[in-house]
Parts: sequence; structure tokens; C-alpha cells
Amino acid sequence: MHFESVIGLEVHVELKTKSKMYSSAPNEFGAAPNSNLNAVDLGYPGTLPVVNREAVEFGMRAAMALNMEIADVTSFDRKNYYYPDNPKAYQITQDREPIGRNGWLEIEINGEKKRIGITRLHLEEDAGKSSHYSDHSLVDLNRQGTPLVEIVSEPDIRSSEEAYLYLEKLKSIIQYTGVSDVKMEEGSLRCDANLSLRPVGRAAFGTKTEIKNLNSFNFVRKGLDYEALRQEKVYLSGGKVQQETRRYDEKTGETILMRVKEGSDDYRYFPEPDLVAIHIGESWKEAIRKSLPVLPDELYERYINAYQLPVADARQITLNKEQADFLNEMVETHQTDAKLSANWLMGEVTGTLRKERKELGETGLTPKNLGEMIQLIEDGTISSKQAKKVFMKLFKAGGEARQVVKDLGLEQLSDPKLLLEIVTRILDNNAQSIEDYKNGKDRAVGFLVGQIMKETKGQANPKMVNEILLEEINKR
Amino acid sequence: MSEINKDIVKHTANLARIEISDDIAESFTSELDKIINYVHVMDELDLEDVVPQFHALNLMNVMREDIPEAPISQEEALKNAKQTENGQFKVPRML
Repeated sequence: MHFESVIGLEVHVELKTKSKMYSSAPNEFGAAPNSNLNAVDLGYPGTLPVVNREAVEFGMRAAMALNMEIADVTSFDRKNYYYPDNPKAYQITQDREPIGRNGWLEIEINGEKKRIGITRLHLEEDAGKSSHYSDHSLVDLNRQGTPLVEIVSEPDIRSSEEAYLYLEKLKSIIQYTGVSDVKMEEGSLRCDANLSLRPVGRAAFGTKTEIKNLNSFNFVRKGLDYEALRQEKVYLSGGKVQQETRRYDEKTGETILMRVKEGSDDYRYFPEPDLVAIHIGESWKEAIRKSLPVLPDELYERYINAYQLPVADARQITLNKEQADFLNEMVETHQTDAKLSANWLMGEVTGTLRKERKELGETGLTPKNLGEMIQLIEDGTISSKQAKKVFMKLFKAGGEARQVVKDLGLEQLSDPKLLLEIVTRILDNNAQSIEDYKNGKDRAVGFLVGQIMKETKGQANPKMVNEILLEEINKR
Repeated sequence: MSEINKDIVKHTANLARIEISDDIAESFTSELDKIINYVHVMDELDLEDVVPQFHALNLMNVMREDIPEAPISQEEALKNAKQTENGQFKVPRML
């Protein structure tokens, strides 16, 4: 029997507001433990939450970028559960009236576009962070109260590859809206997956399991692959899959049973009495809609149609807003060739960033100096081999490309008059080589080029040297 | 009509982390049942056209601007903790 995966993803994204969701404590990553808190975050009796307006707007931005309907009235609910990283013993979230509903995003798989539905996007607060030791756990509540949006997809995803593409696209869209850093390694983007199997061709869904601890896009892919296989084995051996929560183990690549799923009744949701509803009028919605930047899909079209970039280039560059902004400026402001710019961004720039573990913004590179450097390669001032040296210098220390070329003494000798003088002199001194050449020994040319390069300390423009040399040698 | 039984009472108590004896669970069962039945009085009313009310106050859009204020110190944050270690709350092992 053949099975088909039915996958839905729940993605949590931390919003980069300055203060927390319901308290005025700073919202910062990396502070000393328990030093970014106030009495509201700690859930002290008598404290009251107040909604952060910016978080509401960030939620709207994200929801709009995902083609969602924005609620006219949105409200908050209390989700009750006991856990040491949750000091109030409840989380203030949105259950009945989430801020966004009914959206979608588009992925491209095997050359075909596919829409993945997004059921809802709601606002909530993050919990603290705990670390576990052999006989105790430690809790740092700094993260408590960090604004989050939870984005729940429809069960439209049919493979781990589609899940990967969905996440990649979601991450890029959120990044463009500027509401989050969306860094999985810092936990500002987290993903849980629901997976069930059904025989191909059947409409009804099977029993689903939830997989947690998927801490990278690759783990999402691997975790889903493992889980699909596990469920298939259960079915094929005549067993039944039970609804449960499983944990992905990074070391073994397996999913491990955490707990049999509790019903949502156990959370005893009820309307949050400490917060009143938020009415979102048309003018507020309109103001946010107008503030949205160009989003990846639109940019993708521009890259294909106006910049004439290949599909693969357009896709890769639009995924990363920092690179896309960089490319746009190189092309629009500094009139650099789009394809050459894209090549450098996807090749040397990406490679070096990865090696140096840096973000584009932390380097000395600018759209201006990289564009200028590409120009210098194009007009023959430097060779592409020399450009790598210039590139590294710009990457590390910044500056003007032309100045760096001078400082490194790399300027190519491209003056035809000067090159002609040198070629003539070398030919005059190497009568034997000319004769060898005339007798069909092509190697002689290589030798002569070598002599010229030696004479110019490698700075002669190789293309011009070849041209002039052949022209002169044929005259003799 | 009895909707509450002893298992529901014990389950609910466990969710709220309240320890209750069998005796008390027994008496809560009948008391909670009475309360639930009392609320069922509502079922006799025709509420077809009544908009549900989720909040006691008729207020909307109470929000604050996104301006961070100085947090309390780590020392203060941990002051009421039974046990601490390395600036963190120390609790029985989870998971």
C-alpha cells in the first residue's frame, strides 16, 4: 500500500519589539539570566498586563504579508498550564479571535507553483527558558513575555520537501516585513510539525502526531521523513498510530515519544479578563498595508523580467532580504550588471560570509564598492584573480575599490602603447622563439607571454598581451 | 442530571495542581454538580439574538506604546525563590 503524508506546520516567530508583549520590560536577546524582567513577567499578584501596540502592528504586518484577513475585533484568551518556565501558570494568547485568518503563501516544487493555506496567525507571549541537569532544572525567565506570533498552516503540505520550501518562504516573507530576526539558531523562529499518513487517493486524514524540537530546517525535513516511515511501519504491521507528541532527537535522527496528547480542554481556555478587545478599523489596516515593503514574490518577478536573472538566481537572492536589498542598490543606484552582481553575491560573498560567520551588514562591503570592483574587472583594470584579493580587503576593511586596487599595487597594465613597447622588446630579444612559432611550435607563445608577465611583474592585462603579441609576431 | 463525577474533580484538581483527598473529592463532586446545574437555568432562556459578552468592561483598544522601562535587578527577581543557582531559579528536574 502506498501512503501519502499530510503535514501541517505551526511556526512561532519572536517579534523584535523594544519591550515585551504585556509588560514594559526590555525585549532583548542575550542579557544576564533573570535581568530583563519586571513584576508583570514574574506573574506577581496584583500586576496587570497591558498590550504593546507595536506588537499588534507587527502581527498585522506579518498577517498581511501572508495574504491574511485581518480581524475587525481581536481579543485575548487565557491558556492554563503548569510549568516552571511559565510563572503565571497561564499564557495569554488568542484563541477565539486571532488577529489574522485565511492566508496563503506560494512555493515552487518541481517547477510547479503550489499554494499552501495558512489557517491563522495569533499573538501570544513566550515562556522562560529552562536547562536541565541530572537532578534539577534551572529557569531563566528573561524570555518570558517576549511577543510571539504563531502561524498555523493548513494541512496542505504533502512531503518533507514541501515543508522545507514552505518554511524557507515563510522565513523570507517575515524577514522582509522586518518584524523579526527569524533566526532559528537563536530561537526567534521555531517550528512544530503535525504529520499523519493516509493511503494515496483517500480523502480522510489519519491520526496525526506532533513533532517538537525541530531546531533547523534540515531537522524539520529529517524529522518528518523519519516520522512518516515510522507511521508507515505501524500501519503495515497492523497497528494503530496514536495521537501523541514526539520529540526529534538530533543525535539519532529519530522521533521519540514525549507524551500522549492532552486534549485542548485541559488548557481550560477562557477570555482573558485582564485585557480588553482591540478594534482594528479600516484606516489602521490601511496605514499598515501601505507601510509594507516589496515582498519576495514581487521582487522575484522583477528579477526575472526586468533584471533578466535566471530563475535559480532570482529564487536564491529573494530568499534573503539583506542580499536582495544589496543587489537592488547595486543595480539601481550604481548601474552594475545584474547578472554579475548576482554571481558575486551568491558566490564569493555568500561563501565568505559563511566562512567568517558574518552577516552582510557586519562587513566592509557596500553596494557601491562591490559594484565598483565589478566595473574594474569588466574594464580590464584588474583580472578576476586579482579581484579576489580586492574583494577580501573590501570585505574586511571596506573602502573604495579603486583605492584598494592602487594600495595593493594590482592595477593591470592595460595601456596599449606601453604594452606594445614591451612586446616589441621581448620579441627583439627572442628571435629563436619567433622561429619556433613559425615552425608550428605553439608553446613558444606561452614562453613569450611568460617573459612579458615577468617584465611587468604580472600586471600586464593578459587578454591584451595575447592580442598584441599574436599581432606582432605574425608581422615578423 | 449529573455531569460531574469524582474522576473529573480529581483530574481538574490535578490540572490546577491542587492536592485533594478522596473525601473532599466526593463532596466537591456534588457541590460542583449543583453549580453546573444552576448555570443550566440559562438554557431555558431564548438568547438567540443576544451577542455574547466576553468582558465585563465596555472598553476597547487599551494599549501602551513600545517604550522599554528599566527592569528589576536579578537579585530582586530571585528574592522570593526557594532555591537559586547561577542567577537562575532552581527547580525539580523537568522532563
